[in-house]
Amino acid sequence: MILKLDNIYKDYIQGKLVVPVLKDVCLHVEKGEYVAIMGPSGSGKSTLMNIIGCLDRPTSGSYELAGQDILRLSDRQLADVRLHRLGFVFQNFQLLPRMTALDNVALPLIYAGVHKKARRERAREALIRVGLEDRVTFNPTQLSGGQKQRVAIARAMVNQPDVLLADEPTGALDSKSSRQVMELFEKLNDEGVTVIMITHDSGIAGCAKRVVTIFDGELAERKEEVAQ
Amino acid sequence: MLENIRLSFQGIWSHKMRSFLTMLGIIIGIASIISIVSTIKGTNEEIKNNLIGSGNNTVEIGLVQNGQTYWIYSSSDIPFGIPQVSDEVCDEIRALDSVENVTRYNYRMGGDSVYYQNESLSGVSMRGIDTNYFATAGYTIRKGRNFIEDDYKKFRKVLILDKTAADNLFPDTSPIGKTIEISKTPFTVVGVVELARHFEPVISSVEDYYLYANESSGYIYMPKASWPIVYNYDEPDSVIVRAVSTDDMEDAGQKTADILNKTISSSQTEVKYRADNILEQAQQLQDLSAATNNQLIWIASISLLVGGIGVMNIMLVSVTERTSEIGLKKAIGAKKGFILGQFLTEAAVLTSIGGIIGVATGIGMAQVINRISGVAVSISVPASAVAVLFSMLIGIVFGLLPSIKAANLDPIEALRRE
Repeated sequence: MILKLDNIYKDYIQGKLVVPVLKDVCLHVEKGEYVAIMGPSGSGKSTLMNIIGCLDRPTSGSYELAGQDILRLSDRQLADVRLHRLGFVFQNFQLLPRMTALDNVALPLIYAGVHKKARRERAREALIRVGLEDRVTFNPTQLSGGQKQRVAIARAMVNQPDVLLADEPTGALDSKSSRQVMELFEKLNDEGVTVIMITHDSGIAGCAKRVVTIFDGELAERKEEVAQ
Repeated sequence: MLENIRLSFQGIWSHKMRSFLTMLGIIIGIASIISIVSTIKGTNEEIKNNLIGSGNNTVEIGLVQNGQTYWIYSSSDIPFGIPQVSDEVCDEIRALDSVENVTRYNYRMGGDSVYYQNESLSGVSMRGIDTNYFATAGYTIRKGRNFIEDDYKKFRKVLILDKTAADNLFPDTSPIGKTIEISKTPFTVVGVVELARHFEPVISSVEDYYLYANESSGYIYMPKASWPIVYNYDEPDSVIVRAVSTDDMEDAGQKTADILNKTISSSQTEVKYRADNILEQAQQLQDLSAATNNQLIWIASISLLVGGIGVMNIMLVSVTERTSEIGLKKAIGAKKGFILGQFLTEAAVLTSIGGIIGVATGIGMAQVINRISGVAVSISVPASAVAVLFSMLIGIVFGLLPSIKAANLDPIEALRRE
């Protein structure tokens, strides 16, 4: 088991009002799984994503990632978990516009203390892996939406994380680019990468091998999707 | 760290105009300080060069009364109870550790009884010197010859002029062979001397005038043996010692004065020997110019403070602008310290570049000041280095608040910003 969330509650305080966002969420993910978390806007899926991504802490519950009790870690240790165990893909790519594709991909390796030469080598390999070997020196402004997202995926993968987390990865893409990105996720998953994707789009969720839905902060498994 | 510096340059380059305007306060402040410091240093070096025997390390030990130089204008001014300096006393002085060489001379101020043809040569100083004088005081023969043994032995009526006197008295012709009348006795000019290390004093204040007044009119030298021909035979001597080094000047002067004072009759209580404390005079003048300029430095520092606040302001804007970038970096594993370091480096690089430009501008300004007003300037390398380091420090101090703000951003909130 790579990821184990049990009885996760998350409340937000608005003035004197306590707003429950996640209620008793349990999610177990095995290594190499491809899971989609699907839900409408306001269902709590982004909050869940932030907790899985070690960016936020739940009000109560337990969370284990690769056997590590995440909720006992300090902020500094959580930064290390994000650096080494998780790879993030965002809806709006979050590429730094002044840097080349290669430098964007190499960014996490700077934080990991990898030497410059090795950093460039590994970033180049990651770009080759997502099919962008001919766009290495391009700036994000010179890339299409699909290419930008592939650069972002290369950046998420460059540190060989245990889990790839994608938050609405096709939200800003046209259908052709979306398809390409989905194919890339499938390919990575086939290579053994654990993928957890958040989406409101059932079509996109359908690309995953397992779909869980979230509604009003409660998680439910969609058995029929799993059966497919 | 290197990566941070590289990223900082990238950031500064991509906002050229803004970066330059941010640096402007630092540039102006540092440029002002560097030009002021260069002026102070230039003035100080000039004072030192002009005063401290042009590097000759010579100290004059003369008579004083109530702390003032005792000038001898006529025979009635000759003080009682002060014997001439004997060879034995000279040897005693020469034996001092701090003394390299010693010479004796008689002197008279003013040249009212000195004539060239019909012209009275007022303002020149007369000196009757021993054979050691020019070597000790650091003069070299420029024209003609030095005094020779026969000049002394045969009481010859010969003169040597210093360059200033020669230029004043004979602007168009060579003084060699010319006859100058001293107290109605004709003397022949045989040579012209000048200081081995020559300098032209710049008179830019009343203090300067008093300092250089006795240099400006020039000197006429005669052999000490010939002195009684026109003046008195028992006039007291003054002494010049050449110290081993500049640092020894005070010691040499003091000890020589002590030795000479022992020779004075106990009944003479008013007139004593005292060494010119030229270092102290230089120090006083330097302190005076430094005190004025230190106030200017404080004023220039205000510009640095304003510059620093400008840097802080722009860094805060930069943090706000790059919130989403900071959020991303934190999400993909950058620790607080890294974000803090990145913004601090950026502020420090920005102000350091400002400092370097400021130093260059300051050096340029100093040259312009020198051209326009003639004030001596001297560029201080340590001051320039300190200025750049100080600029960097300003960046770090004023960049701290924005950097802490950046490092403490909540990545979730930060990522939400576009």
